[in-house]
Amino acid sequence: MFESLSHLVLQQYWWIIVSLLGSVLVFLMFVQGGQTLIGHLGKNDLEKTLLVNSLGRKWEFTFTTLVTFGGAFFASFPLFYASSFGGAYWVWIIILFAFVIQAVAYEFRSKAGNFLGKRTYESFLFINGLLGTILIGTAVGTFFTGSQFSINELRQVTWEGPARGLEAALNIQNLALGLSVFFLSRVLGSLYFMNNIDESTIFTRSKRQVMISSIAFLVVFLFWLIRLMFLEGFAYNPVNGEVFLEKSKYLHNILEMPVVLVLLLVGVVGVLYGIGIAIFKGSRKGIWFAGPGTILTVLSLFLIAGFNNTAFYPSSSNLQSSLTIVNASSSKFTLTAMSYVSLMVPFVIAYMWYAWRSMNRKPMTREELNQEDHVY
Amino acid sequence: MIQSIDWSLVDWSRAQFALTAMYHWLFVPLTLGITWMIAMMETIYVKTGDPEWKKITQFWMKLFGINFAIGVATGIIMEFEFGTNWSNYSWFVGDIFGAPLAIEGIMAFFMESTFIAIMFFGWNKVSKKFHLAATWLTALGANLSALWILVANAWMQNPTGTTFNPETARNEMTNFWDVLFSPVAINKFLHTITSGMVLAAIFVIGISAWFLLKKREVRLALRSITVAAVFGLLASVHVALTGDGSAKQIAKVQPLKLAAMEGLYQGTDEAGLVAIGILNSKEKREAGDVFAFKIEMPKLLSWMAYGDPKSFVAGINDYKNGNPEQGILSTPEKIQRGKVARDALAQYKNARAAGDVARTDSIKTLFQDAAFKESYFRYFGYGFMDDVNYYLPNVPLTFYSFHIMVILGFGFMVFFALILFFTARGEMQDRKFWLRLAPWIIPMAYIASQSGWIVAELGRQPWTIQDLLPTVAAVSKIDAGAVMVTFALFAVTFTVLAIAEVSIMLKAIKNGPKNHGGTK
Repeated sequence: MFESLSHLVLQQYWWIIVSLLGSVLVFLMFVQGGQTLIGHLGKNDLEKTLLVNSLGRKWEFTFTTLVTFGGAFFASFPLFYASSFGGAYWVWIIILFAFVIQAVAYEFRSKAGNFLGKRTYESFLFINGLLGTILIGTAVGTFFTGSQFSINELRQVTWEGPARGLEAALNIQNLALGLSVFFLSRVLGSLYFMNNIDESTIFTRSKRQVMISSIAFLVVFLFWLIRLMFLEGFAYNPVNGEVFLEKSKYLHNILEMPVVLVLLLVGVVGVLYGIGIAIFKGSRKGIWFAGPGTILTVLSLFLIAGFNNTAFYPSSSNLQSSLTIVNASSSKFTLTAMSYVSLMVPFVIAYMWYAWRSMNRKPMTREELNQEDHVY
Repeated sequence: MIQSIDWSLVDWSRAQFALTAMYHWLFVPLTLGITWMIAMMETIYVKTGDPEWKKITQFWMKLFGINFAIGVATGIIMEFEFGTNWSNYSWFVGDIFGAPLAIEGIMAFFMESTFIAIMFFGWNKVSKKFHLAATWLTALGANLSALWILVANAWMQNPTGTTFNPETARNEMTNFWDVLFSPVAINKFLHTITSGMVLAAIFVIGISAWFLLKKREVRLALRSITVAAVFGLLASVHVALTGDGSAKQIAKVQPLKLAAMEGLYQGTDEAGLVAIGILNSKEKREAGDVFAFKIEMPKLLSWMAYGDPKSFVAGINDYKNGNPEQGILSTPEKIQRGKVARDALAQYKNARAAGDVARTDSIKTLFQDAAFKESYFRYFGYGFMDDVNYYLPNVPLTFYSFHIMVILGFGFMVFFALILFFTARGEMQDRKFWLRLAPWIIPMAYIASQSGWIVAELGRQPWTIQDLLPTVAAVSKIDAGAVMVTFALFAVTFTVLAIAEVSIMLKAIKNGPKNHGGTK
């Protein structure tokens, strides 16, 4: 069935999948946001342990989604993988480092003989939450502002940015997106704690944190979004592939793709509603609205970055080196083969849903933790 | 030719990849193997309802959890390092390599991470049978993760199912099943996961033996030993069989690696297998005096490689200087042919730039022509470097690693057989010598396992992709200094984390099964 599709349609299909993975990843970064709040929301050892264990049962999903996001990007748009990872070396290495220390932190934190001590592992979680969100957000920010690199006819990348990717953080627009992801992850983390932990002190503090982080998030995100609408964007001519700058390109994209506009609006309303019921009604269910709202919002942003003849990974120093979903993709054969694999995704989601429903019927309590065999 | 090669960049990039791969492989084989044993133990628990088996299951599961975390930590670096440090390679193979990696994420990682959570946290939340299913699925998920990455590795050792596209300057997949079911991939997968099972069985026996020596947890230890000895013996036989299969594959697709593994410089009929040997210095070896000492089993190498004790096995010099009688091209000849292929690619680019459609079309057809592919394009990678010696692997490292792996492998088989024998006779507790020896076999298993990968990866130098892409052409253009810094960063981080891991593991073993659980 996928054989009959054109290469372009497959490229679009895979851009949607990669975008969806990226969106789910941002939602799941509530784990990272939560990690930056452990010391803040947990005032004693027991509360901290509750917070850590609550996140500890979800962190692997975020981690696996990140790995799969990377793998899917590599598979469907390998030129992006080669250019960005090999080029913006330092950004990616620091992000990776932040995830390496996270992977051991949960398991080792409370174990006897852990060599570095509990506090160190807690600080690993904090560093992961801080750097992971801000740097991934900043890196995605360059999808709209461009990076300095060129690609030769053998598709070899030469990075011209002076700090191998770290220069992206000096651009206020990228930084605003990085901070948006950071604050959003703290909002989501707090909403998650309100839902997942049955402990009144944590609930109250989380609720307060939702409010503080939401304000910060809205300020930086709106700053980023409004500026984005008026920026020069990176458009390309679908006939000859020539890349050129277009004033208010991303605003045009939203207006020319009404479905994306709807996704964005529904997403934003979902996030605001989730925040609202948590703050004003003290509802536990905020995460169920803010989470999917986040996915829709981020999805719409990825779509305006790559669709409607837009270069998704632009080069600001050498326009014609910019990557588009057409020039950076895998061959038609590979995309077709992978499309069959993608049919398994609903099945994967179904068993994950079933597994978690049977595990998470009730919120976590201190009593439960005492009976548990495996505690972080 | 490549202009101005920064050798320190190539070397540090290789060192960094080797560092992360070897650290990763310190933790993965135990994960791969022990999950199956845990699943078997839990199955016995569910069948018999004996709470002692639950205790046994949970004890090994706890050790598994400690080990698993650090395997994940080192694994993420591996995936992204393809992009950060080998970006040219990433593009060149993205069309093939990316697909297994994406499938791995979708199929295996999510399976593993979903069910591992039930395995650890679900004891009081889901039914016994659902929990058991989760444990088996964790084992399956972990081993499936290994399948896809090994398929990708096998493709690098023996690129199949693909065609070069001059338009995009990369290999493109033309047959998914050829990539997945290549005999190299199948052998590699089976050899790797069964070697993980052997290592895990040795791990379980070694720790159980320590308990027996201390006269602690006797029931747990004896039962664990029984499961592990049966499992280990079967696995070690399988390792030997797939090892033999791998050797036959190597003889076919990477004969130079085989020559290096055996220290065979001059090809010969009825080649003998060196069972134990000490190599001479490089000068002496190249002058024809290869071994200072060796014990050789006549004709066995010919038989092992080609299934016929009379057949000719080519040596390192045959590949370096050529052997027309056996139809082997010399390395200089391959370099010439590689340059023809690279030249055709350059002409394609020029024609394209000039808008000469007829010319680009004709060159594109050339790259699809079977004769051109067979005689020229297959040596594409030789066109990057003129130095003949660049194309020879490090012989001593390959030779010794191979022999250490094989000798230890056979030793393990004998070890499992003896342990099983003592267990069957009910004498295990009294065999003090073996109980004392068993914990020391654990590091041997790690050495054998690492040696295997050294053979596989160093034995094929300088290729990232056999005959198509040497490491000098695959590396990202970064300052060597930056790679040195990240090398140091990872070396320190992994070492510290490994120390923590071993320390936690030892504590957990010392505490034994009784004290597990609780917040402390």
